[in-house]
Amino acid sequence: MESHLLTWIVFTPLIGSFLIMLTPKAATDKIKWIATAVTSIVLLLAVMALFRFDPSQSGFQLVQRHAWIPQFNVQYILGTDGISFPMVFLTAIMSLLACVASFNITERQKEYYLLYLLLETGMMGTFLALDLFLFYVFWEIVLVPMYFLIGIWGGPRKEYAAIKFFLYTLAGSLFMLLGILALYLKTSPHTFDLTVITQTGFDFGFQKIIFMAFFLGFAIKVPIFPFHTWLPDAHVEAPTPISVILAGVLLKMGTYGFFRFSYPLFPDAAMWFRPAMALLAVIGIVYGGFCALAQSDFKKMVAYSSVSHMGFVLLGLAALNSIGLNGAMLQMFTHGTITGGLFLLVGVLYDRTHTRDLNAFGGIGSQVPIYAGILIFYSMASLGLPGLSGFISEFMTLLGSYQYHKFYTGLACIGIILAATYLLYMLQRILLGPLNEKWRGLAEINGREIFTLVPLMILIVVVGIYPSIILQYMTPTIDAMLANMGAILP
Amino acid sequence: MVTDSAYLIPLFPLLAFVINIFFGKKVGKRSAGISIAASAVSFAISLPLVMKVASTGAVYQNAFDWLALDGYTVRMGYLLDPLSATILFMVTLVGTLIQIYSMGYMHDDPRFSRFFAYVSLFMFAMLTLVISNNYMLFFMSWEIMGLCSYLLIGFWFEKNSAANASKKAFLTTRVGDIGLFLGILTLFVAIGTLNFDGLGDAVKSQAQNALLPWAMVLIFCGAIGKSGQFPLHVWLPDAMEGPTPVSALIHAATMVAAGVYLVARSFPLLEACPQAMTVVATVGTITAFMAAFIALTATDIKKVLAYSTVSQLGYMVTALGLGGLAAGTFHLTTHAFFKALLFMGAGSVIHGTGTQDIRELGGLFGKMKSTAWTFLIASLAIAGVPPLSGFWSKDEILLTAYRSESSLIYWILILTSFMTAFYMFRLVFLTFFGKPRNPKIHAHESPLSMTLPLWVLAVGAIVMGLPGSPFMHHWYQNFIHGFHHQGHHEVNIGVMISSVIVGLGGISLAFILYILKPLLAETLTKVFRPLHTASLNKLWFDEFYVACLIRPFHWLGRIMFGFDQKVVDGAVNGTGRGTMFTSVIHDLFDKYVVDGLVNFTGYFTQFWSAVIRRIQTGFVQNYMLIMFVSVLIFMYLELR
Repeated sequence: MESHLLTWIVFTPLIGSFLIMLTPKAATDKIKWIATAVTSIVLLLAVMALFRFDPSQSGFQLVQRHAWIPQFNVQYILGTDGISFPMVFLTAIMSLLACVASFNITERQKEYYLLYLLLETGMMGTFLALDLFLFYVFWEIVLVPMYFLIGIWGGPRKEYAAIKFFLYTLAGSLFMLLGILALYLKTSPHTFDLTVITQTGFDFGFQKIIFMAFFLGFAIKVPIFPFHTWLPDAHVEAPTPISVILAGVLLKMGTYGFFRFSYPLFPDAAMWFRPAMALLAVIGIVYGGFCALAQSDFKKMVAYSSVSHMGFVLLGLAALNSIGLNGAMLQMFTHGTITGGLFLLVGVLYDRTHTRDLNAFGGIGSQVPIYAGILIFYSMASLGLPGLSGFISEFMTLLGSYQYHKFYTGLACIGIILAATYLLYMLQRILLGPLNEKWRGLAEINGREIFTLVPLMILIVVVGIYPSIILQYMTPTIDAMLANMGAILP
Repeated sequence: MVTDSAYLIPLFPLLAFVINIFFGKKVGKRSAGISIAASAVSFAISLPLVMKVASTGAVYQNAFDWLALDGYTVRMGYLLDPLSATILFMVTLVGTLIQIYSMGYMHDDPRFSRFFAYVSLFMFAMLTLVISNNYMLFFMSWEIMGLCSYLLIGFWFEKNSAANASKKAFLTTRVGDIGLFLGILTLFVAIGTLNFDGLGDAVKSQAQNALLPWAMVLIFCGAIGKSGQFPLHVWLPDAMEGPTPVSALIHAATMVAAGVYLVARSFPLLEACPQAMTVVATVGTITAFMAAFIALTATDIKKVLAYSTVSQLGYMVTALGLGGLAAGTFHLTTHAFFKALLFMGAGSVIHGTGTQDIRELGGLFGKMKSTAWTFLIASLAIAGVPPLSGFWSKDEILLTAYRSESSLIYWILILTSFMTAFYMFRLVFLTFFGKPRNPKIHAHESPLSMTLPLWVLAVGAIVMGLPGSPFMHHWYQNFIHGFHHQGHHEVNIGVMISSVIVGLGGISLAFILYILKPLLAETLTKVFRPLHTASLNKLWFDEFYVACLIRPFHWLGRIMFGFDQKVVDGAVNGTGRGTMFTSVIHDLFDKYVVDGLVNFTGYFTQFWSAVIRRIQTGFVQNYMLIMFVSVLIFMYLELR
């Protein structure tokens, strides 16, 4: 167990998948139980890893290495550092909570949980793989269960959304595959081993081409404007827990790619691409905010707010300094918790009212005070209220980007005002004003739903009040990465 | 540190918030007691600390590491200096009194415990802000106050007007807050520290830095939003939708004063940037005059007071902009007492009569003795009648303006003083004197829990001016500068006399128009029709913002979303359709060209084989004949 911890984290869900496969279809309670137990075990393992993880170190930890396809020098390497560890932790938490949030899905439960656990394996593998080939395999594995989860359990336009998601992401990742192969062929001896490739410097022309190839793969995943249109469709059609995973974890795979591959491997290209990155970030922030303002569909509004908030991650990346990059990493984490929570809340309301039309509500704050309180909490977190985690990450991101580009930073602040605007409009349309008589006696949020929301709220408050608790894991790795980039930079 | 008990000051209200929000149902009406007790404990803890600072003028502070920012560590903690001690004393005292008053005022509200939870959260944020030692902590508590303001303005959220007002308040102040946020970033980049202590030295070492004036102006934007300064004042009158104790606490005495406190906290920076000082003084003067002008015609008792608050905050900001740190913060303190008193008196009137329209009131003096007397005291204070507190602090501000280079500001402030006295006594005469205008209203005095705080505050409104008066040798003015320069404070009799004259003049005019010759007021309205309309319509600020900001914002949102669907997503779907189309073409190509070629090869071979097959007759003679002809051809070709 000692040295195989990461392998267990990655493959425990897969074992769960097999268990569910062997369980009779009718035993739905048992299936739910297995899925919850498995995701809990993964979270437990992640907590164990937390104790083994030394935050002061910058290199990879808990590394595991085996030959896999020796003919092509493909290896099975897992390892974690300050960049991937927070993501692993986030994945573990979101997977458990979204699993509990899945309990009210009644259709074809066996397949659902089977695919769901497979998805978790894919996500964990993506964040932990240190061999590019292995990484690519996990990256693509994620697509398959996601495709089915949206396509089978989704809303009215599920087929369209699922195919759009699948093809769009696949198209992007093919470019990434080409980039991976090019890297493999460029190194001698040929290798997919990230730790070796990181040490190799590449000439500027090569860097630019491969950076762009990776960029396409990651940009679609994040998503960066103008590659974002799959996101609102996928979110609106996906069932609630899948939206949570999508916003909470999947989007972070894209920005994680920048941290893990694009920046350390191609520092010159990253420097070269910086103005474009900053511009795309600001466009995403402002544009996403405006689009969110125009929505009357609750879920679509949250989806566009994701585009806006992920823009801050990119802005921090473009800042290319310690504060900015730390802020971006933190924003990845906080956005996962906050937006994941918001999607859960959309689901709670939808389950009761079967509508997401913001104009169909009104005044329900008096009927469901607890729900109202939680919704206000998450909205405040999302609009960056200090004391909650979203503020710290936005503050650091903007402080970082300010040192790079004052004007863009100022523009990004419009996004903050927009966030307040669309969130408050949303709150008013749902909770405030005279009660829409249709919703008199609306059922209050239940215990299971509260259980899915409270852990995230605790995280949001704790990180908001004392951000060092999570930043201490990120900072050494990011500073080392910056130093490394500086060493390769001319 | 011996003063480390300061850490506890905000914690008790926080605790009260936690109890009331999570166990609101269980504690029920006891929630008021919990909140009041927490606030009183905070007052008790801060009192010795305030005394300590007041006796020595020294600075006490302590902090702990909070966030590492690439070489700089943000340290969170408290800073007790003359400025924060003054405000701390005011906030804990006034806050506690207003909460006692709320207990009576909110008694029948179904969300009683929720109310006290929010108020306690507000007290927590406000107290943190007051003792915060750096801009970061200041901004954090600043924003949490904004949340409380939002929640409390929208406390009766079933009313659309309340829901709208709360949203408007949050968004308007948010605009200013973004400025503050950027200002903090700019300041940090310029001087490399966020601490209040040592700000002066840090600024001096970077005196040539071109970012500094920008930082100051941006920070001032925060004050513009929070303290309802021109042009972001529009939210404050609407905020009167909240319960009246909230108006007294948040929108008169404490939160809106935080903007002034922010400028005072940034005073070393402000002093170093003359351009920024001009901006601050100008904005303050415009605000003071404009708000007083609008207050002249307001008919809602709380709206008059709200515009009055805006106007008085303008006074304070002007003073700071002219370099009068003592004058601005002195008025901040005295204003907190008499304005909270006015609001609570107004609340008492609303509680006793059920209306807040002054056109329906009148003749309440006999029926609501305590309310009327205390309201009168506060009105005299704000009108600047000596020796009440408002006289001394306003006089300081006028003196500052008088000594400054701009005599224009001085005269505007004098005129505003006149208007202040007029609209306040218009309010007093219409509400408490004359005959009751609406016979249906049966006024009754409020309970003791409401009138007792009124009297305590009335004492404050009378005596709080003394520390800055010649009777105490201008103790406050020396204290705020830490007793460093025991300056000689001359008394300018001329300014004092003109201040008294305009104050009494305004009162007399109100007396003439609303008691002696009520018809004259209507005549005047007709004569000054355009001015009256402008004042009545609040100078059309709201209409302007709706037309020029809010609608365009929503419109832009729709445009961008349309673009997103039609163009960006259109391109994606277009690519999809394009791919499908190409596949169809490929399919046809495959069927007719690629496969056609294959088939063609087949047909070709078949065809020629069919042709060639013809020669394969099987007869030897034919073969011989072909051979013979061939040999002939060969021979011909060779022998030619």
